[in-house]
Formats: sequence, C-alpha cells, structure tokens
Amino acid sequence: MKPMPAKQILMGINGDEAVAYAAKHALVDVCAAYPITPQTIIVEKFAEFVANGEVETEFVRVESEHSALSACLGASAAGARTFTASAANGIELMHEVIFLTSSIRQPVVMAVADRSPSGPINIHGDQTVSLAQRDTGWIMIYCENSQEAYDSTLQAFRIGEHPDVQLPVMTMLDGFVLTHTLENVYLLKDADAHKFVGRRQPMMITIDGKQVPLKLDPKTPITIGPLQLFDYYMESKLQHSEAMEKARPVVTQINNEWAQLTGRKYGDGYLQPFKVTDADAVILTTGSSAGTARFVTRQLRAQGKKVGLLKLRTFRPFPDKKIAKLLADVPVVGIFERTHTTGSLGGPLFNEVRSALYDLDTRPTILGYYGGLGGRDVTPDHFRTIYKELLKIKDTGKSPRNPIKYITVRK
Amino acid sequence: MTQETPQWRPKLKDIADQEELFTSGQRLCAGCPAGSMARMAMHALPRPKNTIVSQATGCLEVASTIYPYTAWRVPWMHSLFENAPANASGIEAAYKARKRQGLEDDIPDLLVFSGDGSGFDIGVQAASGAIERRHNFLYIIYDNQAYQNTGIQRSGATPKYAWTTTSEVGKAVPGKPTWKKPIALVYAAHDPEYCATASVYHWRDFMMKVRKGMEKQGPAVIVVLAPCHRNWRYPEELGMKMAKLAVETCFNPLWEYDGETRTYTMSAPSMQFVKDPSKKKPIEEWLEPQGRFRHLFRPTRRDDLIQDFQNLVDEDWEFIKRLTEM
Ligand SMILES: Cc1ncc(C[n+]2csc(CCOP(=O)(O)OP(=O)(O)O)c2C)c(N)n1
Ligand SMILES: [Mg+2]
Repeated sequence: MKPMPAKQILMGINGDEAVAYAAKHALVDVCAAYPITPQTIIVEKFAEFVANGEVETEFVRVESEHSALSACLGASAAGARTFTASAANGIELMHEVIFLTSSIRQPVVMAVADRSPSGPINIHGDQTVSLAQRDTGWIMIYCENSQEAYDSTLQAFRIGEHPDVQLPVMTMLDGFVLTHTLENVYLLKDADAHKFVGRRQPMMITIDGKQVPLKLDPKTPITIGPLQLFDYYMESKLQHSEAMEKARPVVTQINNEWAQLTGRKYGDGYLQPFKVTDADAVILTTGSSAGTARFVTRQLRAQGKKVGLLKLRTFRPFPDKKIAKLLADVPVVGIFERTHTTGSLGGPLFNEVRSALYDLDTRPTILGYYGGLGGRDVTPDHFRTIYKELLKIKDTGKSPRNPIKYITVRK
Repeated sequence: MTQETPQWRPKLKDIADQEELFTSGQRLCAGCPAGSMARMAMHALPRPKNTIVSQATGCLEVASTIYPYTAWRVPWMHSLFENAPANASGIEAAYKARKRQGLEDDIPDLLVFSGDGSGFDIGVQAASGAIERRHNFLYIIYDNQAYQNTGIQRSGATPKYAWTTTSEVGKAVPGKPTWKKPIALVYAAHDPEYCATASVYHWRDFMMKVRKGMEKQGPAVIVVLAPCHRNWRYPEELGMKMAKLAVETCFNPLWEYDGETRTYTMSAPSMQFVKDPSKKKPIEEWLEPQGRFRHLFRPTRRDDLIQDFQNLVDEDWEFIKRLTEM
C-alpha cells in the first residue's frame, strides 16, 4: 500500500459492508431498497446506520425492486441524492425503471451485487445480469475487490452528479466472492469523505428567461417525464449519448482526485494494464476475476512467459479507443467473461472488445471464454489454461475455428 | 359519527376565481370526464401552491404533457404505468430528508393520479406498499373501466358483459365474462387514513373528498368513476349523464371510509337510495344507452344477461349498505 495522503481507517469488512459505508459517507438523502442475496448485507448494514442515527438518510423499505428504483427516481427528481442496491432478479424486475432513470437523467447510484439470472435459480455470482443492462444508458463500473467497491461507490456520486454528466451510475461487485468475503478495507474519515462528495447541487435550467432548478419544487413548478414522440424522442437520445461522452474525462478526473485523497488509483479510471506492453498473450477480464488473473500473470512472468492482463473497470462509457491502443501490438487476446449469451458469437465483453479492435491495421487473434457461471469458482488454473492456449496460438500461428469456449464445463 | 371541524364546501363562484392548475390546451377527447376530474381535483387542493403531482401512464398523462407542452402548473412527474405511488414515496422521502437536514422548510402535499389500469391491476402492488408504509399522499384512481389509452382493452375494472377490444362480443361469448374488482374496498381494507368512492357528476361530493384526502396526514385513496365515450359508446356530450346514472342505479355507490374511526359511511348522493329504495333506477337505464352493452339489447333482447347484471349490482349495493350501516 502506497503512503496515504489522508489518514484512513482500516477495517475488516466484506464487500457489501464496504458499499454500505460508502453510501453512509456519501451523505445519501434517500435510500430505497429491497433485499436479495447477495446484496442483502448492504441494506441490512445501512438499516443499522439508520437505526443508530448515524445517517440523516430517509430509508424507504419498499415492497419490491421496481418500487425501490421508482422511489429513488422520484426522490432524485425532487433533488435528493439517492442510492439503491440490488442483484439478479431484482435488477431484472427493475429493468423498466433502469432505462427510465437514465433517460430522465437522474444521477441515482446503484450497487449491483452480481448474481446469476434465474433459472435454474441460483444465488451465486456471474455478471450476466449487470452486463445485460449495457444498453440502459447508465455509467457502469466493475470492481475487483471490496476496497474498489468502497472507492467506486463514493466516486460514482461525483461522476453521476457532475454538471456535464447527470447520469445514473451502477457499481458492480461479484456476488459472494466480494459481497460476503472479509477483506481489509481502508475507509476515509467521515469529514474527508464528506468533503470529497459534497452535497448534490441541482442542475439549473432556463424557463421563460428564468433560471430554475431542475427538480420538483412548488416554488418553481416544472413538468418532468413528458411524452416525446417521433418529433423529439431522437433528440433526447442524442443528448443522452452526448452526456455519456462528456462522462469520459470525468471518470478519469474523479479517479485522479481520489488518488490524491486516498493514494489509490485505478489506472485511468477505465483500464488497468499489467505487463501488457510487450506481451505475446493478454487476458482481458473484469471484476474479481482480474485479481486471480493478475496472480497467475505474475507467476508466469516469473517463469519468463510474456503474458499480460488488461483489467476492464469502466464498461460504460466503453473505452474502445484505449483498448485498441493498448492491444494494438498484442498477437493473441483472450477475453474471460462471467456472462452467458446464446445464439451470438461470444458474450458482451467479447463483442465489444472485438469490435474495438476492428480498425487496427493488424488485429490480434481473439478468443472468448465463458466461465465462472452460477458462482463456479474462478481459479488460477482457469487463467493458466487460457494463457497456455493463447501462447500456443501465438507460437503455431493456428487459431481455432470456433473462438468461443467454455472453461471448466462438463459435457 | 360526529363532525368535528366545519367541512370545506366548494362554491362555484369561488372556484371560478381560482387559478387553473390543470389548464386548457390539453388533448383529451372532447367531453372526456377524466379532464373534468383532474380540473376539479386541482381546484380542491388545500395548498394549491404547495402540491406535487405524480402521474401514472394513461390517457390523462399522454394528453396533458405532450412535449414541449404541459397542462400542469404544479410540479408534475410521470414515470411509468405501475409505479406512481412508489415514485411519490420517493418524492416525500426526499423532502423529509432534506427538511431534517434543514435544507427545506416544508414538505409539499402529494397527489397521485392513475387510471384503472394502474389502480386496479398493474400498480396495485406499488400502491399497496405505499399505503402500508403510511406515506402522506392522496391517490386518485379515475376509473373509466378499461385501458382506454392503448385502445380500449379490458381491465380489472371492466364490468361483466362489457365490450372491449380484448373482451370481444361474438356468437360464443357476450363480452367480458367476469365482474369488476371491488378495488376501493381492497384499498380501504389497508386501513388508510381515508378512502372513498366518487363520481365526476357529483362534483361537490368529489371535491370535498379530495380536500379531505389531501388534508389527512397519511395515505388516502379515492376511486372516481369517469365515463369514456370512446369505449362506452354513448354520445360524447352525455358523459356526466352516464356518471349520474351510474350513481342512480347504484352501480357506483358513493361511500367513505374513515381511518380514524374505522367506519364506512354512505355519501349523500347515494344515501337517498337507502332512504327511499324506490328511487333506485333499474340498471337497464344505464346499460341501454351504452354501445358497449348493445348486445344485451340487440339484435335480441337478452333478459337473462340484463337480469344477471342487475343481480350483481344489487349484491354489491346490499353489501355496501350493510358495510355503511351504523
Ligand atoms: C408496464 C407497461 N405495460 C403496458 C403499458 C401500456 N399501457 C400504457 S397506458 C395503458 C393503459 C392505461 O389504462 P388506464 O390506467 O385505465 O388509463 P386510461 O388510459 O384508461 O385513462 C397501457 C396498457 C405500459 N405503458 N407499461
Ligand atoms: Mg382506464
């Protein structure tokens, strides 16, 4: 651990608790949430803060996830800083509201304790559900460990509420691997955290020549959520897209500010390359798998094998140009994703990364690996196997006809 | 039941002087009683300058806020079809939290509008949850007895035998096969602070109920029958008459539930039919003018179905009478 600019408190907590502390430190005005494994500890811990008077948050214990995000949306439109958390079936139930939240441009922050979709019903982790939200227009950040879950959740409020952005942010932490596993996590002191996040400032808009806050306020009545048909809908979509583009530098800027405050930095906020520059084979992955992959990368490097890891942290906005730059000279790339898609050539990570590399003069050979589904343990052997295959392709120059593979699956 | 405080009784003269908060220019069908309903409700607000509206998807929503126009002079938000009470829960929570932090000095009143689609069917869960959590809001469900906005599909509010585009009338089936949900009783059973049924025709009764519901500290629900000439198929100028007949036939009994005393009371417009049952009109008088019930009368008169409808109305009416007996 690097020297720490601000004095921090070391705690042995799990990922869910780390997120709950972040929500507490973020001075959330309204939290509305519904329990679901493996997210439950977040709401339970937060309920504890409420019960002990440690937060000034209005905690709405709604009757469903659909209502959880709907309440957050209403609260946010009324000017509040809002937070919710969910997983799998809960995210799927609120899917309708997820789209709406971003299109109404409310910077709600939501932690997703990633869990596999039903069915068969399964409470353990993979990233299929969160990545299925990729077109909902949210900023999406994947966390490698509990420390990053705390850090990213706090950063999320700053990113989403930035005047240029005004978009909701999802922070993902892998079910059980992070949510339920104790780690050492550095937490900011209350005052330092509060200074970093500040209070939410409403956007100002001009109506009839007057500056009014973009919020539900009887002093300055406005209409939020009107009907837009073919004459305006596309313009709204374009604005949404522009906001996402404007978020690009903001993600990096907040990541840098955070580094100054805490000594912790996650690459440029998007990607964390490890030994990529001269690598013969690179694995790209996201979330907690990156930690395991880094361990293996380090081992293989010690044995003289030229392998590298590219950890993807921010999935939206997708850092396509950065990825292309980093992988331009890498002969073989393997994408390991804990998602499952059928009837398409690979999962969402594979698709997006492959597409990002399309414009390169010489494109790497790219393989996609599905693994760790339904909470199946992602072990160092996964990555040893993948690196072995990638290096063989590099050496023989022969790539497999089907680039998509399942790893550790019984036939 | 004793009356504690003198009740607000709206006078037309006073209303005429009040600012319109639901304004002209909205694009509901000519003669749509849902528009009259919204206008009356807004004129009955105890704190018109301090009220926020949360609105569910439906005719009233699509017709009143077609971007870049809005018919609302209060802060107004539409989010989805089934979540308006949840949305309102959040709005209240935002103001509560910010008031506690000294950032707001008042918590505005909250009014939620939805049609029978959300109020009877897809949004019952969100409404039930919001009432159970005791948020301070009035939920007005305007019941036009079908999903009108999407082209007249049956809902849980559609009565038996009514034609809609998903309860078609054919040789084998004479319209909707089942009766409507007693949704106001379902909400009253949640023991909100206040619950009532109303009619757009009985404007004073409706407005007084809105005022009461808004003044209660806690959840309140009003289900108000608002005819729809596109579905019910009556001449568009007869909307109020259809609403009136629904009360006179006791199809739409008007009553109130008081959460404090946990009692049901028959409202004045319906009370006359308790006092003098001979005034109660046969249901035929309400059914006959409506094209959606045409097959009960033409090509051949179906006395069996008309009688069945009458029995269902009578059963409900007797039940409400028992409920409101003191
Ligand atoms: C989840 C969802 N399902 C379906 C719809 C389509 N839809 C929009 S409004 C509506 C019916 C509205 O009916 P009601 O609430 O009775 O209001 P009305 O239009 O009759 O005034 C439907 C089915 C939707 N918007 N959202
Ligand atoms: Mg309707």
